[in-house]
Amino acid sequence: MTTPTSTAPAVDATSVTETQEAVGRSPGQLMWLRFRRDRTGVISAIIVIFFFLVAILAPVIAAVYGKNPYTLYGQDIPGLLNDYGYPVAPNGGISSEYWFGLEPSLGRDVFTQLVYGIRTSLGIAVVATIIMTVLGIVIGIVAGYAGGKTDYFVGRVIDLTLSFPQTLFIIAFMPVVDSILVASNEEPPVWLRAVSLTIMLTAFGWAGLARLLRGQVLSLRTREFVEAAKVTGASPARIVFKELLPNLWTPILIQSTLLLPAMVTAEAGLSFLGVGMGELVPDWGRMFLRATQVYRNDITYLIFPGVALLVFVVAFNLLGDSIRDAFDPKIKR
Amino acid sequence: MSEKLLELSGLEKHFPVRGGTLIKRQIGAVHAVDGVDLVVHAGESLGLVGESGCGKSTTGRLAARLLEPTSGKIVYNGQDITHAGRKELKPIRPEIQMVFQDPYSSLNPRHTVGSIIRGPMDIHGINPPGGREARARELLEIVGLNPEHYNRFPHEFSGGQRQRIGVARALALQPKLIIADEPVSALDVSIQAQVINLLQRLQEEMGIAFLFIAHDLAVVRHFSQRVAVMYLGKIVEIADRDSLYQRPRHPYTHALLSAVPEADLDAPPRERIRLAGDVPSPIDPPSGCRFRTRCWKAQDKCATEEPPLVRLDGNREGHLTACHFPEEPTVQGDDIVLDPALA
Ligand SMILES: Nc1ncnc2c1ncn2[C@@H]1O[C@H](COP(=O)(O)OP(=O)(O)O)[C@@H](O)[C@H]1O
Ligand SMILES: [Mg+2]
Repeated sequence: MTTPTSTAPAVDATSVTETQEAVGRSPGQLMWLRFRRDRTGVISAIIVIFFFLVAILAPVIAAVYGKNPYTLYGQDIPGLLNDYGYPVAPNGGISSEYWFGLEPSLGRDVFTQLVYGIRTSLGIAVVATIIMTVLGIVIGIVAGYAGGKTDYFVGRVIDLTLSFPQTLFIIAFMPVVDSILVASNEEPPVWLRAVSLTIMLTAFGWAGLARLLRGQVLSLRTREFVEAAKVTGASPARIVFKELLPNLWTPILIQSTLLLPAMVTAEAGLSFLGVGMGELVPDWGRMFLRATQVYRNDITYLIFPGVALLVFVVAFNLLGDSIRDAFDPKIKR
Repeated sequence: MSEKLLELSGLEKHFPVRGGTLIKRQIGAVHAVDGVDLVVHAGESLGLVGESGCGKSTTGRLAARLLEPTSGKIVYNGQDITHAGRKELKPIRPEIQMVFQDPYSSLNPRHTVGSIIRGPMDIHGINPPGGREARARELLEIVGLNPEHYNRFPHEFSGGQRQRIGVARALALQPKLIIADEPVSALDVSIQAQVINLLQRLQEEMGIAFLFIAHDLAVVRHFSQRVAVMYLGKIVEIADRDSLYQRPRHPYTHALLSAVPEADLDAPPRERIRLAGDVPSPIDPPSGCRFRTRCWKAQDKCATEEPPLVRLDGNREGHLTACHFPEEPTVQGDDIVLDPALA
């Protein structure tokens, strides 16, 4: 290339075939196209959506079904539970009246309990996931973009948070919260438990995403398109929101689709350990707790919440994997 | 000569090197740019040439005020912008634009071509007649792309086309100076000429000044009226194109020139000077003349005394060389004088 010809042919301008439609496909649209071709992903998505619909429509489902999760049917209506408190009918009392049977001793309807339990657990998990995602985004981007001392400090806080024995801490700390805020003879109000559970889950959940995004921002901010934006006079806010954030949606989406099922199981786990929602609120995890007490005599009570949780968590994780594959076709499992 | 547009004087940029176990502290500095004086006049194209790692990009980034200079002075159009903040720079930003080296990382993969080109206008609230979209489409046409590609994404384009998009973005604010940092180095040789021609057309038609960075002298030959040669953070020779290519005085310029394929096939083949080794580390640059470690003419004086960048006897005005033992000019007028060093 020593003697450029004096004419300026724009030959390479035509190498994108002109027959293609003029509107290009965004990386997002390409991702959607790839995702739609992934059968596992689509089926998982349908299952996950089904669970969310169940959670959202719980009152409607209960109304149509004609029962609620609070009434002690087994105690109110004679002949449903035997003298030991176990359902009289086989398979945990499954009947056309009580689809998933009855809860031993208290005699509540298992179907509505599960539906409302999913609602409670998913609700808390969704709120916790949203808050920790926002926290993770803000902290991660600030650390990565600011660099220097801020980055160093945030990095240490992230290390600390990630290495903290969180389950142990929550088990130990939850009764303390209750004793500070609630008189000892009262049952803590439902909302308080929900709020403190959410806060606890969030407090330990943000760090993973923050660390991931910090790394991404660190590599993105030296890309030339960021410099190009600076040269044109873009403000730091514009660079973060318009240049960096659009490139971070992929890890954010992938990470939060993996966080959500983790939060559902974490919430269930805490309820199982007795520091979750109180007895009055139907809860997925607490159903396990009760089920482990009665499974020798009534395995049915364990099966319904168990299978439901298993299906949900597996489907959600598969969905997360499919989303990741759709975003990054180069990574093959 | 026309008026001075950009003036760099005594410009330095040292990147701290941190080390030490546990507690990190500064143990040295990369002398990326170490006292550079350069002037870019309005409408002219100044080439900046040197091997990789010589500090060319750092110089360009300093001039565009993407980096904070360690010392020295940057004056744009009479205004000192050496340490100007973002707010102070804002009115000047439109006038100094950049074209980057890597066509893949210089365009945001999540933005359409349209929003990439509109971006600068959005930031500065510029409303061209007919609207920003119309102007962006017009710019696409100017750089030789199809205006219909407005809604496409960068991944749908080839390297050469992406570089054109980068040029369109740089043009959006009607700059007076474009700093082009190896704009064709990443492109196929067959595409390089097209992009260079595009830039040349813009320079001529729009009167835009260029600071054109390249790592070999071949690329700037037909593009730059003046050429500066950089070595390890310093300018070692600067001259108008003809002087530099025909009467180079600095051994380093000779070495770079010998790597350039001869344009004229009938001309006697140039002696090839192969530079031994790599560029020394800019963390601990050689004393005196920085080129001495690879120079075939180096003597004791070169190690102790730094050669000043001056006009040597027999050089045209504006031809400055920093060498204690400069080469004789290869060509004197029309008479060919064999270079003793090359003979
Ligand atoms: N941000 C930075 N931090 C530390 N060192 C840097 C940085 N940018 C460039 N350098 C160093 O400065 C020297 C000059 O780099 P550069 O200006 O990119 O050279 P060129 O563009 O001529 O190849 C190199 O040794 C490089 O490693
Ligand atoms: Mg460079």
